[in-house]
Amino acid sequence: MNNVDQKEVKINRREIRKRSMMQESLERLVRNKTAMAGFAVIVTVAILSALAGVICPEGYDAQDVTKAFIRPGKEYILGTDNLGRSMLARVLYGGRISLTIGIISTSISAALGIILGSLAGYYGNKVDNIIMRTLDVFHAIPNTLLAIAISSAMGGGIVNAMIAVGISGVPNFAKVVRAPILAVKESEFVEAARSIDATNARIIFRHILPNVLSPIIITITGQLAGSILAASSLSFLGLGVQPPMPEWGSLIANARQYIRDYSYLVSIPGLAIAAVVLSMNLFGDGLRDALDPKLKN
Amino acid sequence: MELQKEQVLEKTDEALLSVKNLTTYYITREIGTCKAVNDVSFEIKSGETLGLVGETGAGKTTIAYSILRLLQMPPAKIISGEIMWNGEDLLKMSAAKMRKIRGHEISMVFQDPMTALNPIDPVGDQIAEVIYLHKKVSRAEAKKLAAEMLEVVGIPKERFYEYPHQFSGGMKQRVVIAIALACNPKLLIADEPTTALDVTIQAQVLELMNDLKRKNGTSVLLITHDLGIIAEMCERVAVIYAGQIVELGTALDIFDNTAHPYTIGLFESLPSVASGRRLIPIPGMMPDPSNLPEGCKFAERCRYATDECRKQEIELVEVTPGHYCRCIHSRCKEG
Amino acid sequence: MLRYTLRRLLLMIPVLIGVTFLIFLLQSFTPGDPASLVLGNDAEEEEKYEWREKYDLNDPLIVQYVKYMSRVVRGDFGVSYRTNKNVTLTILERWPTTFLVAVLSVSISVFLGMMLGIIAALNRNNWVDSFARFLGMLGVSMPNFWFALLLIMTFALKLKILPVSGFYGPEYWILPTASLGILGAAGLLRITRSSVLDCINADYVRTARSKGQKEGKIVMHHILRNALIPIVTSIGGYIAAALGGTIIMEQIFAISGLGKLMITAINTRDYPLLRGSVLLIATTTSVINLIVDLIYAQIDPRVKAAFKNSIKVRRLSEKAASASES
Repeated sequence: MNNVDQKEVKINRREIRKRSMMQESLERLVRNKTAMAGFAVIVTVAILSALAGVICPEGYDAQDVTKAFIRPGKEYILGTDNLGRSMLARVLYGGRISLTIGIISTSISAALGIILGSLAGYYGNKVDNIIMRTLDVFHAIPNTLLAIAISSAMGGGIVNAMIAVGISGVPNFAKVVRAPILAVKESEFVEAARSIDATNARIIFRHILPNVLSPIIITITGQLAGSILAASSLSFLGLGVQPPMPEWGSLIANARQYIRDYSYLVSIPGLAIAAVVLSMNLFGDGLRDALDPKLKN
Repeated sequence: MELQKEQVLEKTDEALLSVKNLTTYYITREIGTCKAVNDVSFEIKSGETLGLVGETGAGKTTIAYSILRLLQMPPAKIISGEIMWNGEDLLKMSAAKMRKIRGHEISMVFQDPMTALNPIDPVGDQIAEVIYLHKKVSRAEAKKLAAEMLEVVGIPKERFYEYPHQFSGGMKQRVVIAIALACNPKLLIADEPTTALDVTIQAQVLELMNDLKRKNGTSVLLITHDLGIIAEMCERVAVIYAGQIVELGTALDIFDNTAHPYTIGLFESLPSVASGRRLIPIPGMMPDPSNLPEGCKFAERCRYATDECRKQEIELVEVTPGHYCRCIHSRCKEG
Repeated sequence: MLRYTLRRLLLMIPVLIGVTFLIFLLQSFTPGDPASLVLGNDAEEEEKYEWREKYDLNDPLIVQYVKYMSRVVRGDFGVSYRTNKNVTLTILERWPTTFLVAVLSVSISVFLGMMLGIIAALNRNNWVDSFARFLGMLGVSMPNFWFALLLIMTFALKLKILPVSGFYGPEYWILPTASLGILGAAGLLRITRSSVLDCINADYVRTARSKGQKEGKIVMHHILRNALIPIVTSIGGYIAAALGGTIIMEQIFAISGLGKLMITAINTRDYPLLRGSVLLIATTTSVINLIVDLIYAQIDPRVKAAFKNSIKVRRLSEKAASASES
């Protein structure tokens, strides 16, 4: 006899929970230990830098030549530099600068890059051609050189450094945004949406944005890491932050002359840069794995 | 089950391939233990075509890969079983010996022709590769034989040096078939060979396979979810559900004297012009292989299920001669 | 293929014109008067004006640009403001050093990075893989100038087996190229590993195995040849990055190359020298990218077919480039 009507058809044991893509990605990310470690380091550095005023109330330029060149130890955790300034203070305040430069330059790159990439992708043909050719020009010049050229053309200094690094990051965002937009534009479901008279805005939000969001997020983390490195290079060459502001790159530049006898002055700021950039890269990798596990190797 | 099988063996020829109690799991950190194949046993005799029918995820492909040991060993793990070939257990064979068998005595046609071929090698060379591996010929001779093989599957030999991307899906599959049959294997494992192809091309490829099978007396393990193909090509059929064989018998047994409720469900979910009845889909979904229920794995979806079904593991039982069913309420007519 | 190559060479011209235009654009932003820098701040206004007149610096930017470009097409890149020497000669004098440092660094990166990447991929769930991945991560996170200083600290100062700076013989080449080379290897390690892993799991590898092919042959013929494709596409980018890095290395190791010349030119507002140098670098980068694309077409027959048809060429190489970056 047919028992189907009498018994309840039990749905499969596996819970079919309704989760949004973002929620799933977030869960995957949190499970990734190395990514979370990276995140923890970044947050720690950010907090410590923010609290620099509390931890080192004397500021980053408190000179005392009698206390110069003290190696890291009990009295000064990270030692002192040639002018007796506490390295801990210099590094912590420097953290503020590096993180700020990273965030602002990345924002500039993202804003300009996303706009250009979207225009290129959405309008295609002539607009696309012009924009891509312009980006080609930037592509023909090595990033470092471009940043150096722009920054020194504008006279150096922290603001110009941010602009220079920001501009050199634009092609990355533009390319990353353009590709999915082009793909979606030529795909069938946009045609389908249009056929039911959806407006352009609706198409953009419902269909294009979700595909573009993941690559943008991933590029942002990558760009943050890259801009901190680029900014430190500029400062090292004397083109970025001006002394006495303690950007980590310029700390290394200053310490170069004392490298023979006081190598800790070179190692410490470099370790700071490496630690922050490494953490950002670890977090960024974890983010990429979480957002698109199919790519996971 | 073992006892009855042995009795059957005495009556007929020695089996060419004998799979005994094969159990294969996939073990990963994220999902746990996925019990893909659970205690599967079957035989294929010389010249015979055995069909392996089941839904996606039932374990058919895993069985095929286990035979040729093509599984990715983490995360896959062959927990237990024997696969007897020519008196030896394939699962215990050395890697070197296994390589001699692959492509030569047992070969495989894969499901997705689009990705089965190396994109940067000319198709002719890919066929020549398997010939050169197993036959004692020069490279030039191997290429000649490969070109002949191309003609056999209906591709002009002038296209020897073309690359896979220059061929359509159906033609790529022909190349895959050419590779599989180039060394005249005794057993061909065909894993859903036509699933990825258009219906018209499907017919061509199946005809090709039938032809070659007949000419060379090749045994075939045909994996598919399409009952129509089974009817066309197979002498015997095994129905797989949740990693177990739930019904095993001749094509006639399966089609005309269906025993297992799942098999009945499969037939009922096919549209039928003749009977004019509506489609009756099988309610529910196949159980999660990482979380299999106790007792009969099909009980949840079965209209004949009783409490007894869920209590203990159901064994495979001979219901009519040569026809086995894993169900205590089997629906076939007694033989 | 020839048509494709010619087409690419022609396309390079607008890009290079764009580069020169960019430099002129930057010039307009630049504070600082070259005349003052050359003649001294206290020189007479008239003198400065006349000096500027000599170099067209009193004209509006567009006019300057047109005049410059018309000379460039005749092969005249002007003379340095500071030294009055011919720009072409000065640059070509310094160029080989810089180019060689960049090429050597990339060679080290490719050799080391690919080797470690392949080892990492073949040892997937091993400590070897984890260690290699960690090194890869570390390498791309370190500033190159800091790494160079670390190497100096270790090898030149503590162990005293290599010179600190200067460029007078073969041993002077080791630290600069090693610094860039090792860090570059880290990036290539990651790309190689990812690419090889993609190929290891590919269906056609399973097909090869089902033929009974030996593991060694599978790795060499099937996996690595396919894995090479995205790696080759990224090497072009690495050379560009290496040229940038060399500029910094020249500062640290006091190497008299084009990089050092450029930095000086930037600081002294020596525009002709700057324009010439940047143009040379941009041209080199573009030519190298073209060569890389041609090699890439040789390896991947799908690309070769597309290039021959010259359709959607840009899309393909971009797709490959973005695939290799991820």
